[in-house]
Amino acid sequence: MAQSTLHVENLRTYFFTYAGIVKAVDGVSLDVNKGETLGVVGESGSGKTVTAQSILRVVPSPGKIVEGTIEFEGRNLLKLSEEEMQRIRGKEIAYIFQDPTTTLDPVYKVGEQLSEVIMRHHSISKKDALAKATDLLRSVEIPDPEIRINQYPHELSGGTKQRIAIARALSCDPTLILADEPTTALDVTIQAQILDLLKELKNRLNVSMVLITHDMGIVAEICERVTVLYAGQVCESGTVEQVFAKPRHPYTEALLTSVPNLALRKEKLSVIPGNVPNLIDPPSGCRFHPRCPYARQICVDRVPELEPIGEGRLVHCHRWKELDLKSPVAS
Amino acid sequence: MTLTAETVLEVRELTKHFPVYEKGVILRRKLGDVHAVDQVSFDIKKNETFGLVGESGCGKTTIAKCMLYLEPPTLGNIFFNGKNVTEIFKKARKDQVLALRRQMQYIFQNPYSSLDPRMTVADIIMEPLEVHKHIPRNQWQDRMYELLRMVGLEDYHAERYPHEFSGGQRQRVCIARALAVDPQFIAADEPVASLDVSVRAQILNLLQELQQKLGITYLYISHDLSTVRHICHRVAVMYLGKIVEIAETDELFENPLHPYTVALLSAIPVPDPKKKTHRIILPGEVPSPVNPPPACRFHPRCPRRIDICSKVEPPLLEVRPGHWLACHNPWPSKSPAS
Repeated sequence: MAQSTLHVENLRTYFFTYAGIVKAVDGVSLDVNKGETLGVVGESGSGKTVTAQSILRVVPSPGKIVEGTIEFEGRNLLKLSEEEMQRIRGKEIAYIFQDPTTTLDPVYKVGEQLSEVIMRHHSISKKDALAKATDLLRSVEIPDPEIRINQYPHELSGGTKQRIAIARALSCDPTLILADEPTTALDVTIQAQILDLLKELKNRLNVSMVLITHDMGIVAEICERVTVLYAGQVCESGTVEQVFAKPRHPYTEALLTSVPNLALRKEKLSVIPGNVPNLIDPPSGCRFHPRCPYARQICVDRVPELEPIGEGRLVHCHRWKELDLKSPVAS
Repeated sequence: MTLTAETVLEVRELTKHFPVYEKGVILRRKLGDVHAVDQVSFDIKKNETFGLVGESGCGKTTIAKCMLYLEPPTLGNIFFNGKNVTEIFKKARKDQVLALRRQMQYIFQNPYSSLDPRMTVADIIMEPLEVHKHIPRNQWQDRMYELLRMVGLEDYHAERYPHEFSGGQRQRVCIARALAVDPQFIAADEPVASLDVSVRAQILNLLQELQQKLGITYLYISHDLSTVRHICHRVAVMYLGKIVEIAETDELFENPLHPYTVALLSAIPVPDPKKKTHRIILPGEVPSPVNPPPACRFHPRCPRRIDICSKVEPPLLEVRPGHWLACHNPWPSKSPAS
């Protein structure tokens, strides 16, 4: 049995707005083993980002973690003091944000932003920190790191900025990286470069990673395991091979078949009817039932359990046993 | 698509440069030009979906805007059913301009910013009717409801405001507005890029259905090659203001010849964990269009660069029937030339 780095159980993060309580994350459980990359897949509003923010306890107001445990290397992060948390953020758990143009501070040079993180967590002189920053830029394959270190973010392209954000995440040798859609804001050829870099770093540094994305292609490419989220709840989780070969939840099947696939050209795309539900007043029972082609009365009446079905897989569906779901990949 | 099909749109040597000026208010010197689109030529046939793909900043949207004269082209001509679009917009009377506008419509990328938040859906869809006055006023309402149903919305949606709709529904409203004047041609600029993945399929299917029902010709702009493969009949690949390859969709995806197309195709993650794609990683980034590289604009990043690439610009030539290519040293072809 592999060693667990992160164990999240029954996490509930709600946003207390004037319009009502938004149950953005409602009973999410996930596991990341040492050296493993977990893909967290879902559409916008499925709770991917809030889950990551909850792990670092940086949920923006009016959000609050109301329930759950987040165990990181044996410690329950929800029980730690703010001061202890600050020592973990950036040092043991690093975060790569979606949009590199908004997460680098425009008024500081690249070198200062990187050395700030290093100096925050290590007693080290500014000169040494800058030297380390230069090495980091080199390790994420940025050409001419000595020049880049003295530049401001606006002088750099999107791809370079994301590399710098990755370098900043790596600066204190974290055990876990939370990467929130790290390539969504980038062009495809630049995305290919960044994915390549992430894969290479993962192999070299043996770091665990939670990769949040909406693209099943990216999951297939760099993740070992995957957790599919819908409307703040887990639909299913398992290894990438298992889930792609034999999805057990209708939403996973729909995700795999409704996205145009380069390899398979079809006349008509299968469609997931309807829209992502409103999380102030989510559908009763299984939250996917209004859009699910296999829904029965039980799906409307009762919330399904997140059931372990063997081989480390979890499924959140009443009917997984009877359904024979298809994957376009398996055929 | 048969090759004999009627051509609806011809774009000839279209060039669009945006001047760049010095900072300041008066007496600003011109510093140069952004070469957004440079001498681009292609045809779109009747009833066809013509795809335009490329990375951000390569000039896709500029081409579409020039075609509809939302931006005046710097040089070059656009012919719509044989008529010179640029000439008409510059010189013709207002009623002739409106008649042409009715034929060519535009769907914008972001349905969150292209609908006026203070107008109801009914007002939004009837506004084109008010501008063009091509059908009598007493038929406007019926036409509006007909359009709503055509794009898969309900009658009661007419009284609502854009903020009450989800992204997919808003894009449906945008499509209904474009259809209000019975256009022959619609330029769809990344119509699904800002939508949730599970909603994209609905909009793509709707566009296809409307094409079959109404015989519309589309220009489909996208950076997402998998949707392009799904919806387009022919595809043009752009790099830094130039078209580098044009072919029928299956031909382009199965037998790409330009090294950039090959790299672009290999860059897409395939949702199959067992399939290990051989990825061609392009070094560096797209250069600035203010100072594009000489000769072939792709040569500084090209894995198949030879001496001539930095000296002579490759012309866009038909290398096999219906397959146009601008490259000195193309990728080895997978199937023998027919």
